[in-house]
Amino acid sequence: MTLPRTLFEKIWDSHLVRPEKESTPAVLYVDLHLVHEVTSPQAFAELRNRGARVRRPDLTLATMDHSTPTTPRSAGRLQVLDAQASAQLEQLETNCEEFGIRLFGLDDTRQGIVHVIGPEQGLTQPGMTIVCGDSHTSTHGAFGALAFGIGTSEVGYVLATQTLLQRKPRNMEVRIDGVLPAGVTAKDIILAIIAKIGIGGATGHVLEYTGSAIRSLGMEERMTICNMSIEAGARAGLIAPDDTTFEYIAGRPFAPAGADWDAAVVRWRGLSPDETASYDRSVHLEAASLAPMITFGTNPSMAIPIDGRVPDPSDAGSRAERADLDKALRYMALEPGQSLLGRAVDVVFVGSCTNSRISDLRQAAAVMRGRHVAPGVRMLVVPGSRRVKREAEAEGLDRVFMEAGAEWREAGCSMCIAMNGDQLEPGQSAVSTSNRNFEGRQGKGGRTFLASPLTAAATAVSGAIADVRSLS
Amino acid sequence: MKAAADATRRGTRAAKVMEPFTALTSSCVVLPAENVDTDQIIPARFLKTIERRGLGAHLFADWRVDAHGEPRPEFPLNSPDACGASILVAGHNFGCGSSREHAPWALLDFGFRAVISTGFADIFRNNALKTGLLPVALATSAHATLLEQLAESPREQVTIDLETQTATLPDGTTHAFTVDPFARHCLLNGVDELGFLLEQDDAIAAYESTHTSRVCTR
Repeated sequence: MTLPRTLFEKIWDSHLVRPEKESTPAVLYVDLHLVHEVTSPQAFAELRNRGARVRRPDLTLATMDHSTPTTPRSAGRLQVLDAQASAQLEQLETNCEEFGIRLFGLDDTRQGIVHVIGPEQGLTQPGMTIVCGDSHTSTHGAFGALAFGIGTSEVGYVLATQTLLQRKPRNMEVRIDGVLPAGVTAKDIILAIIAKIGIGGATGHVLEYTGSAIRSLGMEERMTICNMSIEAGARAGLIAPDDTTFEYIAGRPFAPAGADWDAAVVRWRGLSPDETASYDRSVHLEAASLAPMITFGTNPSMAIPIDGRVPDPSDAGSRAERADLDKALRYMALEPGQSLLGRAVDVVFVGSCTNSRISDLRQAAAVMRGRHVAPGVRMLVVPGSRRVKREAEAEGLDRVFMEAGAEWREAGCSMCIAMNGDQLEPGQSAVSTSNRNFEGRQGKGGRTFLASPLTAAATAVSGAIADVRSLS
Repeated sequence: MKAAADATRRGTRAAKVMEPFTALTSSCVVLPAENVDTDQIIPARFLKTIERRGLGAHLFADWRVDAHGEPRPEFPLNSPDACGASILVAGHNFGCGSSREHAPWALLDFGFRAVISTGFADIFRNNALKTGLLPVALATSAHATLLEQLAESPREQVTIDLETQTATLPDGTTHAFTVDPFARHCLLNGVDELGFLLEQDDAIAAYESTHTSRVCTR
């Protein structure tokens, strides 16, 4: 008789090549390794230095997303004008060719943000272990896969051995029950969670999101939630797979088919946490109490309901916290007690691995339809993948955005990380659907307010931070 | 063929990939801010390199240098006291955010060998340990004491001993910290985990023989 286990524990246990000892961490097997241009070149170089091969190219997939341009294609091709980015992209091509790894390059119709294409291609499946040299790998946890970000050294270890040395993280339940009010989305849920537990509140933990509000979400909304688990410091975020999960995966290019599908679903159904399984910690939120959220500061935990007030640093619990808040308000040019509603913005960005999927674009388009981007505001809409872009165009969403005066761009990480030329100018403010509002994240000296696609679109048409619930 | 591959792998086993870390005595740079994220340590625009070296020039670029490219005199790394310091003393939750290993690379390239805080973000700590940068998490009280002592005497030295897992503060008091035993072994010897993992070849193959591949990307 085995002890009752959580979803995390079931996946962990089934991927142990060697169990953990005091002297050595566990050797954990990796089912899928995703690779992109920015965090892999030095790992491939190390493989060459050591005379090592890629152990399982068949469990490895590469794409280009971080430093890729999102400006329109010319004769079907992207023009990479930045010489350093171009060299980095070419290096990935060389590495994939030399080591036999499939690459969804710039000319591939499946290219896109690594955390968008894994799920949409059916590669992300329940019960798997998935790693990538990118902290937002936690996104894939929406499928009940244990997925986490690693550094470049570890990218090399996985390429060479398909394993990692890992200490078992602790397990924290985040339960959200009830029904979401109108205008409140997955992005608002996760911003509220991070505000509650703090920027480092989940350090050393894998989060498991449970409760009726989570069960009612679609897969893309679940991805938004798991995506930002890292912003609370978590190693990973997980949601147990259910019929919603299976329906999403069915029929996708890399999904199992026929008898394999039936067997997979049986296996996946066994992943749900045992009823009496216990967690190291638990937090609870009521969906009905949530409002649209927006960040005011310089890390994702500095968030408030959109109709709330910027907190006063003098109310902070500790001196360090007060200093942190003071610094953030200075950078953001905000006063304690101020409302964010009506604050002018220069740019609105809809995109990133958090909110660039078709449902995100539909939400933004629903607000934009028949309205216009306010004078003086630049709005960029950047689909997460070429597939999302085609899907949006087939529905006419591109026309909705362009008729409203927004820019409809090629797929990539774009202004979330501002490596590709899409960036804020010093002093500019942006409402962004991305995941990080760190100083300079969207361009040196730029100020970022994180929010949902609904809030972003409402802001774009208002020219200032706006509450979608009161849009006339 | 297999024998040759095995020999290649055995050859990699003892590869020295970083400077061993045993003990270090140095002055410190104090950056007391909490939640210093990796976008501050090394802004994303510098991640287009395909090298590990050279990032020290851009360490804390947006805090260290103003819009005209001039050093900000108030930033601790620009203080004359920072000269020659190989220990960074930072606030809680250092290294949060992105998984970029460029962050510890930049700190090392600048000349740091250790960061003292009360806690580190998970991925940063993992990356640091793998590159030869020692993350030292002290108890809150010891960390506060250290900050007080360095505020009074900025050039005082701290000793970090990885063998004994202790930090000796300027006042001579000694405080314990812990590092994962395996990471400690690697740091003390200047070897990485890859050699160990490559030696697990038989165990990995045995695992693969019973664990069906979940997907095939080819």
